Amino acid sequence: MSASPPSAVSKGEVPVDAAAKRGGTTRREFMALSTGAIAVAALPFESRSAGPPRPRVRGPGPIEIELAVNGLPRRVEVLAGTSLSEVLRDRLGLTGTKIGCDRGACSACTVLLDGRPVSSCMTLAIDVGHRQVTTIEGLATARGLNPVQQAFVTHDAMQCGFCTPGMVMSCVALLAHNPRPTLDEVKKAVGGNICRCGTYPKVFEAVLAVSGGPPRR
Amino acid sequence: MAEEQDGTSTRARFPVGIAGEDLRFEERDLPAGEPPPWPPNDGLAVVGKPTPRIEAKQIVTGRARYTADVQLRGMLYARRIVSTIPHGRVLAIDTSRAEALPGVKAIHLMERTYDGPRLRDPAAEPPSRWPTVRYVGQPLGAIAATTPEAAEEAVRLVEVRYEPLPFVLEPDAALADGAPLVYPGEVETVAAGTAAPVPMRGNQRGPTRVARGDLERGFAEAELVVEGTFATQVQTHCSLETHGVVASWDDGQLEIHASTQAVTGFRRDMAQLLGIPPERIRVRAEYVGGGFGSKLATGGYAVLAAELSRKAERPVRLMLDRAEEQVSTGNRPGARQRLRIGARRDGTLTAVQLESFGSAGVGTGAGVGRAAGWMYACPNFLSEQSDVFVNAGPGSPFRAPGEPLGVFALEQLIDELAERLSLDPLELRDRIDTRDDAAGAQHRVERRIGAEKAGWARRHAPGADPGPVKRGLGVAQALWPRIVIMPAACEVAVSRSGRVELRSAAQDIGTGTRTVLAQVVAEELGLSAHQVVVRIGDSDLPPAPLSGGSNLTGSLTPAARTAARQVGERLLSVAAKALRVDPAELALEHGGIVTRKDSRAVMAFAEAASRLGSGGLLVRGERKEDYGFSGQGLRGAIGGVQFAEVAVDMETGVVKVERVVAVQDCGRPVNPLGLENQLNGGILQGISWALYEDRVLDAGTGRMLNDDLEAYRLVGPREVPRIEVHFIEEYRARSSTDAGGIAEPANIATAAAVANAVYNATGVRVRELPMTPRRVLAALADARPRSE
Repeated sequence: MSASPPSAVSKGEVPVDAAAKRGGTTRREFMALSTGAIAVAALPFESRSAGPPRPRVRGPGPIEIELAVNGLPRRVEVLAGTSLSEVLRDRLGLTGTKIGCDRGACSACTVLLDGRPVSSCMTLAIDVGHRQVTTIEGLATARGLNPVQQAFVTHDAMQCGFCTPGMVMSCVALLAHNPRPTLDEVKKAVGGNICRCGTYPKVFEAVLAVSGGPPRR
Repeated sequence: MAEEQDGTSTRARFPVGIAGEDLRFEERDLPAGEPPPWPPNDGLAVVGKPTPRIEAKQIVTGRARYTADVQLRGMLYARRIVSTIPHGRVLAIDTSRAEALPGVKAIHLMERTYDGPRLRDPAAEPPSRWPTVRYVGQPLGAIAATTPEAAEEAVRLVEVRYEPLPFVLEPDAALADGAPLVYPGEVETVAAGTAAPVPMRGNQRGPTRVARGDLERGFAEAELVVEGTFATQVQTHCSLETHGVVASWDDGQLEIHASTQAVTGFRRDMAQLLGIPPERIRVRAEYVGGGFGSKLATGGYAVLAAELSRKAERPVRLMLDRAEEQVSTGNRPGARQRLRIGARRDGTLTAVQLESFGSAGVGTGAGVGRAAGWMYACPNFLSEQSDVFVNAGPGSPFRAPGEPLGVFALEQLIDELAERLSLDPLELRDRIDTRDDAAGAQHRVERRIGAEKAGWARRHAPGADPGPVKRGLGVAQALWPRIVIMPAACEVAVSRSGRVELRSAAQDIGTGTRTVLAQVVAEELGLSAHQVVVRIGDSDLPPAPLSGGSNLTGSLTPAARTAARQVGERLLSVAAKALRVDPAELALEHGGIVTRKDSRAVMAFAEAASRLGSGGLLVRGERKEDYGFSGQGLRGAIGGVQFAEVAVDMETGVVKVERVVAVQDCGRPVNPLGLENQLNGGILQGISWALYEDRVLDAGTGRMLNDDLEAYRLVGPREVPRIEVHFIEEYRARSSTDAGGIAEPANIATAAAVANAVYNATGVRVRELPMTPRRVLAALADARPRSE
C-alpha cells in the first residue's frame, strides 16, 4: 500500500482502538485473523482446547445484522466476509456507491460512517455496528441537493461520473469538519479519490465555492 | 441568411475564420435540405454558452445507472477463466470440479479468440480445440453462478493443462534472431480487408511505409540535421468502470447492457459474433464509466456473457475486475522511435525521416502517428513504422492513438532545432507551421495567445535557473484530423404537452454528448438546454457513431439540428395558423413563440405544442457529408498548443508540473464548460503518462505486477497543476453546426510540452518516458561529463 496516497490508506483503515471498542474488525484485520484461524485449526485438538478463551465466533454461515443506512434501519443477511459496498449495492440496491478497484485504492466506494469517510469495499458489513451509514443516495433532502452536490452540478465537477459519488462523499466529509478549507486541504481530502477523466480542477472549484471563499493557498 | 438558387442547393453566407482574428462572412453553397448557417457564437442563445451537463443531477445523487449497476431478476454472476502462463498450447481444460460446485449454473469455454489478430493460416499451429495462449490473462472461458463468490470459487477449481512455449516480453528481445515467435505465421486483424497486407518477419509486422519526395536529396540539401531516439512506455486506460456486460435472452432476443463506446457498433459486432440478425439484439449503455478508446471494440467477454446466459436461461452479469481490466482490455502501446530532421539555416525543413518499433503486445496498431509527416511543411519524408509482437496483453486505441508518441519525439526535435538555429521555438514554428491542412492558421493564433498567457517572454536559457529546484517553460503542439462517421441520425419528438425529447443510439462516456445535443436542439427551439430530454444509449434508437476519434460532436450535432429545425418550423406554422399571421413573422425564442420584428411573446411553447396533431410530432434528422467534404481526413483538422511550466529538483530528480496553459480550437465550441473540463482531463492524462504511469511485467512469469490502481501510479489530486485553458472559435463552414470534439487533441501535446520544459529547466533532454526521478537523475548524470 505504500504507493497509494495516505488519505486512501486512512480511509480504508479504522483505528484499532475504535475497532476494539465496538468489538469489530476491519476487513484487512479480518483477512489477517482468518489466516490465523486456519493455523489454529491445524493444531491438534488438545492444544486447541488448552488456549486462552476464544472470542465469540460469528460465521461461517449467514449472519443477520441490522444497519442504519441513510437514517433507516435495514436488516440483511451477510457472510462474515461480505463488504459494506456489496451489501449496499447488491442487497439494498443502493448502486450509487461504486466499486472501482475493490481494494481501497480508488475511493469510488466512499461512504460516511458516523460522518467519517471510509472505503466501503474495505469495510466488513458485520463491522459497521450501530454507526450511521450515509451513502450518496442519502445526501439530498426533500428541499434539494446537498450544497456539495449542487456545486458539483454548477461547476461541472464530473465527466463519466463513476468516481463522482465517492468524490462528493469525501468533500461532504471535509466540509463537515472544516467548513473553509484551503486548496491544499481540498486536495488532501480527495487525495485517495481517483478520477481518470481528470475532473480534479473542477472538483477543487466546486468545493471552494461551497466554502464561500476564493481559492486560498 | 440562405437564398434559394436552384432545386438542389442554395447560396448562403457562412462565418469563416477565427473569431477576434480574421472572422469574415463568405458565400458558399448550402446543400439542399440543410439549415441556414448559424452566426458565430455571440449571435446564439444556447450554443457556445457554458452549460452544466444535463444529467449532472442523476450523477451526483447516485441515480445514474451504469452497466455495473444493472440488477435483473434471477441474475447470475460470471467470472472468466484466464490463462496463467504467457505462451502455451492448451491441452485440456477440466471443469468437472467447478461443475459440481453448488450455485454454478453454466460454463462456457472459448474455441476461438475474439480480441486481437488471428493467424491467417490456422495450420501454422498444430490443431487444437482450444486457442493458443499468448499472454497471461488471456480469457479461456467463463463460469456463471448464483453469487460472485461461487463464480470466483468455481474458476479456481478449473484445471487447465498447458504445453508451455517459450515467450518474449521485451520488444528488443522479440526482434532478435531466434526470438520465440508470438505468432508462428502471418496474422490478420479483425478489421482486415481495407489496407494492403502488412509484411511480417518473425515478430516484426511491418514496416508500413509512407513516403514523399526524395529523402536523400532532402538531407543533402540540409544545412543542419537533428536526430534522436525516443522511448515511450505502455499506458493502461484505467477507466473507473471496468469493461463488462449484463446479458439476458428472452424468446431468442438478446438484451445486453454494455459499458461501451459504441452502442450501434456493439450490436453489429454481437450479431456477427453470435451469428444472429442484429434486429434480435438490443444494446443499452445508459451511463458509461469512461473508456478512452478501450471500449470501442466488442470484446470476447460480451460473447462469453451472452453464451452463459443462453445456456443458463438467466440474465448474466460479467464485469471484469481491476486486474483483468489492467491486463486484457487494451493499453496505449509503447514504442521506440528514431527521428531525423534536416533543415536549412532559415528553419525550412528539407527532410524528415521516422522509424518506429511499437508494441501492442499480442495486438497490432502500435504506430506513432502522423505528426512527423504532417505537422510542418517538408517536401521529403519517409516513415517506416513496425509493430513488434510480444507475449503481453493486446493494445487498443487510447486517446489519439499514436499521436502523443509521435509528438513527444517531433516537438522535442523541433525544440532542439530551434536552439541550434538560435531561433525562439515559437519563431521557428511560425516559419514552418504553414500547412492549412495541418491547422496552421489555428496554431499560429494559439501560439500567440498562449505565449502571452504563459509568460513566454520571461523564459530563460536552458538550465539558467540557479537551482537546486530549477524551473523551465516548454511548448508543444497537437494535431488531429477531422473525423466524421456516418450513419449519424437523431429523432426529435415533441409531445402535445410540450415535452421535447431527442433520441439517438449515441452514448455519452463522460464527454458531454447529451448536453451538446440538448444545446443544439434548444438553440433551434428557443428553449434552454435543460428543457430538452436526451434519450441515448439504446441501439433501438436511430443509429449513431461511436465515441472515438473526437468525431461524435462533429458527426451528430448536424443531425440533431436538422431534426430540431424541422420541428421548429412545424411549431411556427401551427402557431401562425392559430394567430392568423405569416409563419415568417414568428420565431422561437426564450421558451416560446415571439414576433420576429420586436421579440414580443405571442404564444407559450407548450401551447404551440398542444396544437400539434394527436401524436405530437416526431422528426428524424440524418447527417449529410461535410460541405465540400471529400472523404475523411485532414480538411478542417484540429490543432491546439500547450505550454507547460515545470520545477525539476536537481538533487532528487523529481519533476513537478506547476502550470499548464492550453489554447485549443475545435471548430465552433458548443459547450465551453464541458470543453474546459475535457481539456483539463486530456492534460492530466498527458502529465500522468509523462511522469508516472508504467506497466511492469515480471520477466520470469509474464505477469503484470502492478495490475491494480495503487502500484500502477496515476496522477492524483495533489499533482494537479494550475491549468488555464482558452478556446478559440474557428469557423470553416464544415457543416450546419461547424462543431468538433477535442478529446484527442487535448491529450496529444502535453507530454512533449513537459519534456521541453524539463529541458528548458535543466539543459538536459529526457527522451524516455515516464520521467521518473531515477530516469531524470540518470539523464542529468549522463550529461554532466560532457558539460564540464
